[in-house]
Amino acid sequence: MPTIYIDNKPYEVKAGKNLLEASLGLGFDLPYFCWHPAMGSVGACRQCAVKVFKDEQDSSGRLVMSCMESVKDGLRMSITDSTAKAFREQVIEWLMTNHPHDCPVCDEGGNCHLQDMTVMTGHDYRRFEFKKRTYTNQYLGPLIHHEMNRCIQCYRCVRFYRDYVGGDDLDVFGAHNHVYFGREQDGILQSPFSGNLAEVCPTGVFTDKTLKKHYTRKWDLTTSPSICQHCSLGCNIIAGERYGQLRCIVNRYNSNVNGYFICDKGRYGYEFVNSVNRITEPLIRTRPVEAVDEATAMGHLKSLVTSAPVIGIGSPRASMESNFALMQLVGKDNFYQGISDDTAYLERRIVELLQTGAVNSVALKEIEAADAVLVLGEDIWNTAPVMALAVRQAVMKTAAAQAAQQTSLPAWHDAAIKEFVQNEKGFLANITVIASPIDAIAAFSEHEAPDNIARLGFAIAHLLNAAVPPVPGLTEREAATAKNIAGALQQAKRPVVISGTSCYNEGIIKAAFNISLSLNRPERKAGIAYVFPECNSMGLAMMKAPPFETAMQRVKTENNCTAVILENDLYRYMPEGKADDFISHCGNLIVLDVLHNRTTAQAQVLIPAASFAEADGTLVNNEGRAQHFYQVYMPANDRIKESWKWLGNIKNMKATITNGLQHHPDEWLAALETTLPQFTNIAKVTPSHNFRINGQPVPREPHRYSGRTAILANISVSEPRPLQDDDSPLTYTMEGYPGLPPASMTPYFWAPGWNSGQAVNKYQAEPGGELQEQDQQVCLFPGKEQENFHFFKDSPEAFAARQDKYLLLPQYQLFGSGELSIYSTAIEELVPQACIILSAKDAADLGVVNGAPVTIEKNELHYTLPLKIHDELCSGIILAPVGYRGIPALPWGAWVKIMV
Amino acid sequence: MSVMQHIWIVLGVLFVLLNIAAGLIWVERRLLALWQDRLGPNRAGPLGLFIVLADTLKLFFKEDWIPPFADKWIFITAPAIVVGSVLLSFVIIPFAPGIVVADLNIGLLFFLAMSSLGVYSIVLGGWASNNKYALLGALRGASQMIAYEVFMGLSLMGVVMLTGSFKMGAIVEAQKDMWFIVTQPVGFFVFFIAGIAETHRLPFDIPEAESELIAGYHAEYSGMKFGMFFIGEYLGITLISAMMVALFFGGWLGPAFLPPLAWFALKTFFFIGVFILLRASLPRPRYDQLIEYGWKILLPVVLANLMITGAIALWVRGE
Amino acid sequence: MLQNILPGGGVSLMFSNLRTMWLVFLHLFRKKETIQYPEEKIKLHPRWRGRIVLTKDPDGGERCVGCYLCAAACPVDCIALQATEDENGRRYPEFFRINFSRCIFCGYCEEACPTYAIQLIPDFEMGEYNRQNLVFEKEDLLINSEGKYPGYNFYKVAGMEAGVKAKGKGDNEELPVDVKSLLP
Repeated sequence: MPTIYIDNKPYEVKAGKNLLEASLGLGFDLPYFCWHPAMGSVGACRQCAVKVFKDEQDSSGRLVMSCMESVKDGLRMSITDSTAKAFREQVIEWLMTNHPHDCPVCDEGGNCHLQDMTVMTGHDYRRFEFKKRTYTNQYLGPLIHHEMNRCIQCYRCVRFYRDYVGGDDLDVFGAHNHVYFGREQDGILQSPFSGNLAEVCPTGVFTDKTLKKHYTRKWDLTTSPSICQHCSLGCNIIAGERYGQLRCIVNRYNSNVNGYFICDKGRYGYEFVNSVNRITEPLIRTRPVEAVDEATAMGHLKSLVTSAPVIGIGSPRASMESNFALMQLVGKDNFYQGISDDTAYLERRIVELLQTGAVNSVALKEIEAADAVLVLGEDIWNTAPVMALAVRQAVMKTAAAQAAQQTSLPAWHDAAIKEFVQNEKGFLANITVIASPIDAIAAFSEHEAPDNIARLGFAIAHLLNAAVPPVPGLTEREAATAKNIAGALQQAKRPVVISGTSCYNEGIIKAAFNISLSLNRPERKAGIAYVFPECNSMGLAMMKAPPFETAMQRVKTENNCTAVILENDLYRYMPEGKADDFISHCGNLIVLDVLHNRTTAQAQVLIPAASFAEADGTLVNNEGRAQHFYQVYMPANDRIKESWKWLGNIKNMKATITNGLQHHPDEWLAALETTLPQFTNIAKVTPSHNFRINGQPVPREPHRYSGRTAILANISVSEPRPLQDDDSPLTYTMEGYPGLPPASMTPYFWAPGWNSGQAVNKYQAEPGGELQEQDQQVCLFPGKEQENFHFFKDSPEAFAARQDKYLLLPQYQLFGSGELSIYSTAIEELVPQACIILSAKDAADLGVVNGAPVTIEKNELHYTLPLKIHDELCSGIILAPVGYRGIPALPWGAWVKIMV
Repeated sequence: MSVMQHIWIVLGVLFVLLNIAAGLIWVERRLLALWQDRLGPNRAGPLGLFIVLADTLKLFFKEDWIPPFADKWIFITAPAIVVGSVLLSFVIIPFAPGIVVADLNIGLLFFLAMSSLGVYSIVLGGWASNNKYALLGALRGASQMIAYEVFMGLSLMGVVMLTGSFKMGAIVEAQKDMWFIVTQPVGFFVFFIAGIAETHRLPFDIPEAESELIAGYHAEYSGMKFGMFFIGEYLGITLISAMMVALFFGGWLGPAFLPPLAWFALKTFFFIGVFILLRASLPRPRYDQLIEYGWKILLPVVLANLMITGAIALWVRGE
Repeated sequence: MLQNILPGGGVSLMFSNLRTMWLVFLHLFRKKETIQYPEEKIKLHPRWRGRIVLTKDPDGGERCVGCYLCAAACPVDCIALQATEDENGRRYPEFFRINFSRCIFCGYCEEACPTYAIQLIPDFEMGEYNRQNLVFEKEDLLINSEGKYPGYNFYKVAGMEAGVKAKGKGDNEELPVDVKSLLP
């Protein structure tokens, strides 16, 4: 490790870093704007100037931009040098000549990198007497607010938007001091990662538009570490509350999962928590006055769960604790998965494959580091957007890494590397049903029917390992593609195969496993990632409960069953008739949920469940990584409780003994470990609820939290006792442990002098690295060192279009397919129109044009939507929107008729 | 004098004295205020007189708290002693010819005896409170009383020598030609200072000294028990003023345009005013200074005064 | 010996005491300082820190832009508000609450206010028999005046457009740049 001298003191730093990264990693305060740990340096803002000296005798030195200078052994630099300090102060002063006087009305205020850096450099008085430049703003859609006057021309936004996420509708226009960052004309930003601009922009040019509607300063938010609930990736987020409402979501850095960025669905999909559609009181529908108090509800529930046989229906979006509490309440044999049998079957297959330990289930960080990626049948852009972003980084960084090897360019030197790389890219093969934006960076993009995708996968696996039998009847084109892809994967050192459940095709899952297994060699660690539909689908699948069909049989044979449905809208997963059938056969229906839906409407007893922001819980993401989310605020009333709390209370009421019962999340997880051994280690995901650091809890409120004696003064001038959180080591006050909490319990990123989210560099061991207090990461699929794994040898038959029948497959939409995110007004505005997608050939055969109404018909079921013709879709397949509000579940994977 | 008449006099004296003591609340606060360029209580009733009523009511309705650590019976008895002993002293005061409860032959001795009893109230109250500040106050009070008791008695011996009697009525009558203030200025001066110390009024309020001892011996008292100490203090002022008038300023004697009782009252109120002026103007000396001053200055002075008065008296009578 | 006990000399000290008493007695005839409140009112300095008000712009709009700085500056945390904005994008407080039963009249909120909206005025007559009445909402705080800083309008000097002035029309602002122009 090279040693550098900063202000004459020696420090050991990592080779290959620049001086800015090294200084920040050592804990120095050095201002910067254009540099970003995820995007590298371009040296544009001139803010991070330091003095570098030739040798010990050199006293004059030279000014350099620390972000553009590599670490060298024995290098001598000075941060505190007066020339460097004066230079940095002058740079800020120049930037501020045109910065408007509007911090009080700027949403970035108090969370602003520019404010922090201005204070850090010491610039405090405006000497420039002339007029300020102004710009007109643009409408950029419902997610991002634009206020161009505040721009300091650091170019971070376009580097992020164009280079990092690959968007093309935000650009820089104009010349000299008139440069303008925006769109060519007003319009909605197209990238699903545009929300990150609010965090990337060091000042208030791009701000969160949904936060603006109920604006709260960062220092006034009660925040907790949480986990995104909108897809199976489990991105880490910080959720903030004020006045009993969830106010905003920001990214929570986790080097292994989401890094610095999250998608717009995660950032803006939070408003369902504040929705008027929330269930707030326990309802007993058989009574004249339906809303009842807790004691009455509990009494009623007790009589229900003790009189008749009780079955439980689990949920892919409820936490592990809640699902397990239900399983404990009804008994292991009476607990069923509340999802369609097909999905349950596929998920179970995946769990079994991953549990063999033959393949490595990879984290997003490892996907980002992959040098070859094969996507098999999953539309990750829509089902797992941050994974698509990781795939993009894999593709872009592979080329950059190769370039860095060929030349002496350091990896952080973004502009130079880009110039050198030009259009070179790493290897990505995107084999899916429908075209996706990541096709643009893919070496191969094929759009095929699911069976053909599986066959292609088998063919690739055959080429990689002869133990996989050849696929009969491949076309020449398929054979050539398979050969090319297999060749590229063969050469890769860290290949990753991505697949998922959204094609309703077992062959694809097997093919992906075959490829990953055949690539996995001692010299080469291959990874696999299966995308799941919901945030805890993996957790539910790992419980290995019987599918819904079994529950159906059960209620039909045993009349008068009481069914407890946990946070699950049956109509989302089951065709209408089936769900109706089930409900009509239940003697009593008890439903716990967050929002009203078709299932809750038919419940005899409806119990208000806490949303993720009001709950503690654990989710298992698609990788098998268990992550804990913490309560952000107390629910509006004490009847709204976490499902596990309700279910646990009912169970405890039945119990005859009082010791050994579970009351807190950590106790539920410990019981889960002992009951279901596949969850071994999951209890390590969170410390005990009475864990303290030096006897102190972790405060949810920053030390500048305001209004403590006035917030509730309109109700009563006597302040109530601070809220007590018995379930976690976090507290609802400003008082508590002032140092860095364990990484998974970080409620906010703040450091002295660093009020904005960029304070994360004070929490990291090194910029872009792990968090300093990184606690145990729980992955439930440990790899195993053994040989004799078996390949699947049953490649499916080639897909053949049928006469008058079409294979019905789901079309996921990032905005629209989510059950909860749709309740955010901003996201609702962005939902694409629901339509049925057919290939151009089929449409021509049927004689329909774009926009014509098309009806899907299957077993008396009719559903009509306008048509959209897709050129790259293969013939014989019909795609319909999944999960849209008001559109019921369709028989996915079935052959349906079409009426024109 | 009939028994009935006697009872009326007793009741009348008691009534007037208690009213004066209560009224002094208002008088003291108004006078202090005026000397401090303020107005003082002027809201309740005409000239703010009802402040007396308000204060009395307040004292009656305050919680009558006996600390659990106190010696209950002594704690209760102590405030009664001070009021009782001072009221008994008034027995010998000749307000006007014929208006006296008992013109005893040993009147002056009775007065001295009664005023000595007052110290028990302070000592017992402070001790029973079981509080270090109260005990310190009681100790100070006891030593202060013992010191000043001595030359208070000695200072009056000049007057007794000149009159040849301990009887108060005789003393007043003996001033027909000349007030004793002229013949006994040193006696008056010492008696006045000793009187301040005996009533522990400012500047000699060393047993209370709120700035050092948080009210000293009555720190634990509240409600009407505190009120008794309070009343006792005002009665003490009145008593010392009345004694000074009777002993040195001719008692009821005065030009005939006012009745004798009015003369007595006027002179007494003048001295009450002087007491209040003292409070308004002089700071409190240190405790050791007070005791030192008593034993080292006042005692020799008063003994010298006694010697000279005796010599002159013998010489005048030509014996 | 006398000097030891009575510093300054016994006799002179006694006369000094008598002189003091005389001088104090003379105060009987001085003018009294007492102000007969409430019949007679005290004249307070204009910067006296009393009741808190919210002032208005010269154009009659609310000055408060809901920036939360007063709440952050408040040492007793007795200010709570929620910012919202009108159709022009002009920020104003949706509610603004001061709990005067906690307020210590330190004036930090006024110092923190970037728009001169919150001001402390020379009025202290806020006694209430019921503590709840000391909780002031925006209706109770807002006055129809510019207070101590007449003529100031934050939106005239702030860069953003909020219905007060168009972009580039504010004090010390150039007209918005023409992005398409390449002229220097």
